[in-house]
Amino acid sequence: MSTVAVRELTMAEALNEALREEMEADDSVLVIGEDIARHGGLFRVTAGLLDEFGPQRVIDSPISEAAITGFGAGGALVGCRPVVELQISDFVSLAMDQLVNHAAKWRYMSGGQVSVPLVVRGPISNAIGMAAQHSQTLEAWFVHAPGLVVIMPSTAYDAKGLLKSAIRDDNPVVFLEKRLLYSRKGSVPADEYLVPIGVADVKREGRDATIVAAGAATHLALQAARQLARDGIEVEVVDPRTLKPLDMETIAGSVAKTGRLIALNEGARAGGFASEVVARTLDHLSVTDLRATPLRVTAKDAPIPYSASLEREVLPSLNDVLESVRRAMSE
Amino acid sequence: MTAVETKQLAGLQQSYLTMQRIRAFEAKAMELFASKYIRGSVHPYTGQEAIAVGVCEALRDGDYITSTHRGHGHCIAKGLELRPMMAEITGRASGYCKGRGGSMHITAMRHGMLGADAIVAGSLAMATGAAYGLRLQGKDAVVVAFFGDGGAQQGIFHEAANLASVLDAPVVFVCENNQWAISTPISCAIRIDNIADRAAGYGFPGIVVDGNDVVAVREVAGRAAERARAGEGPTLIEAKTYRITPHSAATPTDNRDPGELAHWRERDPIGRLAKHLVESGATTEARLEELAEQARAEVEDAAAWALDSPYPEPAEALEDVYAPADWLTPGRLA
Repeated sequence: MSTVAVRELTMAEALNEALREEMEADDSVLVIGEDIARHGGLFRVTAGLLDEFGPQRVIDSPISEAAITGFGAGGALVGCRPVVELQISDFVSLAMDQLVNHAAKWRYMSGGQVSVPLVVRGPISNAIGMAAQHSQTLEAWFVHAPGLVVIMPSTAYDAKGLLKSAIRDDNPVVFLEKRLLYSRKGSVPADEYLVPIGVADVKREGRDATIVAAGAATHLALQAARQLARDGIEVEVVDPRTLKPLDMETIAGSVAKTGRLIALNEGARAGGFASEVVARTLDHLSVTDLRATPLRVTAKDAPIPYSASLEREVLPSLNDVLESVRRAMSE
Repeated sequence: MTAVETKQLAGLQQSYLTMQRIRAFEAKAMELFASKYIRGSVHPYTGQEAIAVGVCEALRDGDYITSTHRGHGHCIAKGLELRPMMAEITGRASGYCKGRGGSMHITAMRHGMLGADAIVAGSLAMATGAAYGLRLQGKDAVVVAFFGDGGAQQGIFHEAANLASVLDAPVVFVCENNQWAISTPISCAIRIDNIADRAAGYGFPGIVVDGNDVVAVREVAGRAAERARAGEGPTLIEAKTYRITPHSAATPTDNRDPGELAHWRERDPIGRLAKHLVESGATTEARLEELAEQARAEVEDAAAWALDSPYPEPAEALEDVYAPADWLTPGRLA
């Protein structure tokens, strides 16, 4: 039996491989964004693609987030599979009309005549002092827009497999990458693989409480789980990986087992994704299945401040997670 | 008269018929709105017919257009059928979009109609991307994006024009300057005489044309389409016109000067074309009246067909939110 080759790649390298493989396999895939061709992207996700695939398919765009998003949607309408990079995902606010009023709705409004196989991807840059306009975790905006698929990977493996699935999917996908995870290494097989959309992954098994957390929050949850294990509390960490569609079978199944739910998310609290996880879980379970009140651990309802002491105060901390699990355990 | 001129005049009778179809369609749509067969609103294209017809006659099969909230004229000019159009705006299952889009969102891919967009100037970046995508696939196609004078003040117009320019996208931007928002005159919106002048700021040609002259429109659109097809990039055409009806069925108040309205009614593009055809000896008034009657009869047929069609089943409301996918199983989305 031959062993399967596995490399240690950073998430940025894994994403780069996904783009390269999909561009090699399918001529209709193109990438467009700011500083993505010559420079290879601010975070090197598109590095080397210009040399390999040429300027027709790897496009350095003007700084026009709305136009490049609409451009991607238009290319998708005629059969291309554009991947639009937003240099920082917060800049999506400039492109929301093109994304939500156009890409997300065009299939529906046309009565199913068209599909929009578009990927809009970009980094979430919080926890590094980039301040309020570069540090938002906005997945709840996209989950709230019918027609969009929303993905937020936590590992290099998931990032590669999900980006490949996103490019092949016939729907508009918002793909959110945590900047601090770009340099984090993980095992990635050399052979081609896909990670399916809409399938959660249990990153750690446990019997006492379930933490649902995607992206960078997954690692915070795992850190908390390791610490709590020393006190004999076994936490299950469920990474949905895809926020829409959401794998409620896995999430509700886990909560049914543990009886305790902590929804962890780096976005603002009000109307946030953690609230959605709690509500959706309650759609699937009855109160008698629960051993404790479901809790949310989120950012506070404030813009993300610059100074480190302030930013730490607004973002959810390890201590917030530990306290919430202990509170749930004490009920 | 040369053979070429004779042929051109015969072609213009087809233009006349198409323009009369648009005129009759909008009159019927307003009637159906008044009798509550149409929900929401209708934004009549009345008075602007020469632009859609002139531009679309300059296109080939395989070319595409995008349109606006005032889009029925573009659809008819691009060759969409009246029956499924009327069915769409009366909310029927037999409409082009199965009743999901309505008057402001007619799409018909098989006719090269990428969709009507009710966000002012919203489709310009999509048109640019579609044009670029078609070029990337090796197709010799052009995309025309129609928009209004109001759209020229939207950010996306400037972004899309610039992006199209740097990518030499085979797109033609057609700005229909009908001089009024709902109640705000163009003089309150811009401080230049010609929107077409803005093209210079993006490095491609901007051309002003009399939007009530179908021959002139067709000529400039033909040149712009050729330029795009040849890989020389976009063109901005500003077609000066006037809507001779109120903004929409839902906003019937018209605060414009009656004298101004009368002035533009005299320049009605259909009347002008009729005069040209009769004075050149190409046809007679009686023949033109036959064509107008034909157009009205086609529209009546379409309306009757539409009103005889069933409404969509309520459960269809949840279809086509997403394209088919492995993950698309019940309960996953909400």
